[in-house]
Amino acid sequence: MSIAGTRVPAASPPRSGDRPFQLLLAVMAAAVPVVIGAILVALIIAGWPAITQFGARFFVTSTWDPVARVFGVLPFMYGTVVSSSLALLIAVPLGLGVAIFLSELVPGWLRSPISFLVELLAAIPSVVIGLWGIFVLVPWVRTVLSPLLKSTLGFLPLFSGPPLGIGMLTAGLILAIMVVPFIVAVSTEVMRAVPRSQREAALALGATGWETTRTAVLPYARSGIVGAIFLALARALGETMAVTMVIGNVPQIKASLFAPAYTIPAVIANEFAEATSDIYVAALVYAGLVLFTVTVVVNALARLLVSRVARGPSLIRE
Amino acid sequence: MDRRYRFRRAKDRGMVVVTFLCTVAVLVPLFLVLGFLARTGVSALNWDFFTEIPGAAGEPGGGMANAIAGTILLITLAGAMGIPIGVLGGTYLSEYPSTRLSQVTRFTADVMNGIPSIVMGLFAYVLIVLPLRHFSALAGGVALGVMLIPTVVRTTEEIVRLVPQSVREASLALGIPTWKTTMRVVIPTAAAGIVTGIMVGLARIAGETAPLLFTAFGNRFWNWDILQPIAALPLQIFAYAISPFDDWHRQAWAGALVLVTIVLIVNIAARFAANRQVKLR
Amino acid sequence: MLKAFVRGAVAAVVLAALLGSAAPSGAQAITINGAGATFPFPLYSKWSQVYAGEKGVQINYQSIGSGGGIRQFMEKTVDFGATDGPMTDEQIGQAGGRVLHIPMVAGAVVPVYNVTGVAQGLNFTPDLLADIFLGKVTKWNDARLSRVNPNAALPSADIVVVHRSDGSGTTAIWVNYLSKVSAEWKTKVGEGTSVNWPTGLGGRGNEGVAGLVRQTPNTLGYVELAYALTNKMTFGNVRNKAGQFVRPTLSSTTKAMEGALASIPEDYRVFFTNPDGKDVYPVAGFTWILIYGDQSDPVKGKALAEFLWWATHDGQKYAPTLLYAPLPKPMVVRIERSLKSVTSKGAVVLP
Repeated sequence: MSIAGTRVPAASPPRSGDRPFQLLLAVMAAAVPVVIGAILVALIIAGWPAITQFGARFFVTSTWDPVARVFGVLPFMYGTVVSSSLALLIAVPLGLGVAIFLSELVPGWLRSPISFLVELLAAIPSVVIGLWGIFVLVPWVRTVLSPLLKSTLGFLPLFSGPPLGIGMLTAGLILAIMVVPFIVAVSTEVMRAVPRSQREAALALGATGWETTRTAVLPYARSGIVGAIFLALARALGETMAVTMVIGNVPQIKASLFAPAYTIPAVIANEFAEATSDIYVAALVYAGLVLFTVTVVVNALARLLVSRVARGPSLIRE
Repeated sequence: MDRRYRFRRAKDRGMVVVTFLCTVAVLVPLFLVLGFLARTGVSALNWDFFTEIPGAAGEPGGGMANAIAGTILLITLAGAMGIPIGVLGGTYLSEYPSTRLSQVTRFTADVMNGIPSIVMGLFAYVLIVLPLRHFSALAGGVALGVMLIPTVVRTTEEIVRLVPQSVREASLALGIPTWKTTMRVVIPTAAAGIVTGIMVGLARIAGETAPLLFTAFGNRFWNWDILQPIAALPLQIFAYAISPFDDWHRQAWAGALVLVTIVLIVNIAARFAANRQVKLR
Repeated sequence: MLKAFVRGAVAAVVLAALLGSAAPSGAQAITINGAGATFPFPLYSKWSQVYAGEKGVQINYQSIGSGGGIRQFMEKTVDFGATDGPMTDEQIGQAGGRVLHIPMVAGAVVPVYNVTGVAQGLNFTPDLLADIFLGKVTKWNDARLSRVNPNAALPSADIVVVHRSDGSGTTAIWVNYLSKVSAEWKTKVGEGTSVNWPTGLGGRGNEGVAGLVRQTPNTLGYVELAYALTNKMTFGNVRNKAGQFVRPTLSSTTKAMEGALASIPEDYRVFFTNPDGKDVYPVAGFTWILIYGDQSDPVKGKALAEFLWWATHDGQKYAPTLLYAPLPKPMVVRIERSLKSVTSKGAVVLP
């Protein structure tokens, strides 16, 4: 017998220490929503001068001019969205492939080490990946990948312009490397949660392994996988250090993936400590507020989709 | 009939190969990064690196001792803030899981885990740096502590939830008050898992750079005053990486190697502990 | 497991204590925090190392760019700021307090490039530089470039412009020069520590620009001379007002500064780009340290003033090796007067 809704059995009479203790625990738990609220309030207050001065124009202005004090977040939104989309375009198929391999194909004793290795990739600090990016990935993109793309697909505006190594393409690649572990981890969990009966039913009907996966496992796990994609998206949107080190830091909107770009987290990282006028600071905080809002929404969606299908504790918590 | 079946089987085999290749493709960057780190970082590791403070720009020598110490101080501050709130909050979530507060907290904790760390830096800047009028280790600690809270809350909740109900009931049957049961019986039983979760959280924030850029700010000297700016390993790595000095590049690699080694060790230990936990269930 | 954690925590604390004990026992040492220009960073980091050894006072300088130096100085989150672009009247008004710009040394801003087959000493005319940075001249083998460099093997590659992504005094000097020599630049882009660049990649700090130019082919950027030399980069000559293509060196920078001595105002806020005179390098400027004339903390105020006294006297001898032009004697005398005017709580800090 226990009090409904708690894990605490009602068998014992309430003692004098119980209420204060429960209150203490509740206060601590309440700290979480309170802190999120505090962050929102702090951002609004610090960004207020820019919010009132620019309002909705902020989202459609592409000038970022500290001298003329005109600030628009459009180039940064473009850079953030395009680099994250590119990252997902690469990471989702790859990540799903790995998840299928791990959940359906690999023998039990091999699954743990491989998924551990994939999680390790997520544990490497962003600045270290950025360091590797500057000295290894950028030269490789400049000397190997870009010329290859240019010679085969150079007629597309996507691949026009000189390959510098730094730019949108490299940023997308490095983000893909960083978010693929999330897709793998959540998708694997979600697929393994699919009941065996589903697979057995498909096999009993004569399906091959791949057909079983395609018709029995994936549809069942679909909302979880979409949740994983949202999770990865939120991660990519907010990634700062590795992107700053390879994207070129130029606020511009260009069609070519070879062109340098700028993202919201990168501009805050580069310019916050140095913004020389109050409106400049407020504009950066306003951009931070935009980032905060978008990542909160995307994370909330991810959470709603994943919580239904995932099972059990996992050490990789976002 | 037979041809169609062979085609389907070929697709099946093909997909095995494709997914295997995906796995290889995903693991390649991991080995490239670690390999590069090991090769370039090891050559710059020497006794000086661990005991000296940075030297003058462009001159060889100097080390990252103060940055390592700074990181230790920062995660201590963050832990002081994040661990009590996280553990107690997570315990609430596990012991009273269906209350309104629990549902809200669980949801917001997951959302908070995904908020970009640079936004946490902005928050700490507005909250601590501006009123105090200077950068400080305290501000950096707060930024990191705020990131630690949701991680510890969720892992604590999951681990405490695994404590069998029979343990609680046995304790209550002996006449021990509820609050004492939770504090003295339930939490200690879950202690191993809680500590593992904390260690993983600490390792994650130890590698964060963005929230420190305008809070802890960096320091070229030793500093134990939490109201003053302080050096941190990831900050130093970043500053050296974008510098034009080759010697500093090598030190950046060495610093990265040290940081990644610590993070890896903690994660491997956590994996082992988790496996043991699972086996004991 | 709890025991293991406790042991681990104790080990961490012991390790930190050991590392800390390797530190000089200057626990009572005064620390002065400063931030700003990357331009003089090699010199300031040398000064802070020498000064800590000689006087035990720790000068903690973070090189975040002049824009950051001015901003943190105005917010009073640092004890002194450093900038190569002087504060505007509006900023001084907002700072709330008497602001002193103390010149430390002068340095040259040089055009650095990375083009295979092109050696040191490529010639640039003022209008060429402006038009390249405006995005109007786009190829290395443009007729105007070949005309002033008849012996250079210029490729037909695109010029990749590199500029600063952060608020920078080095930028302030560079665009001040471009505004003086190109009316189009002046109206289209203007001056300041941060401008709306028509074209190019952004690097963080002098360090970032130098890094980008070194690593990316066909780039043209601008950095402080010391960065170009320590990194063995190729840099060019710029034509001065007298029509000579001058190589940026210690002596051509010093000549530019000396030529401008007569017109340096009371508060030292001046650019001396594009001056008259022979053998002067036209893109050079002061770098200043910003302090409040009235210090709130007498102990720190005294330590700060004493450091600046040392920097403008003994510290100057470290400048030439790092290729900054030291201050001429008449300037030092003027600076002494300014430093003596620093007060704290009503009393002068330097006896």
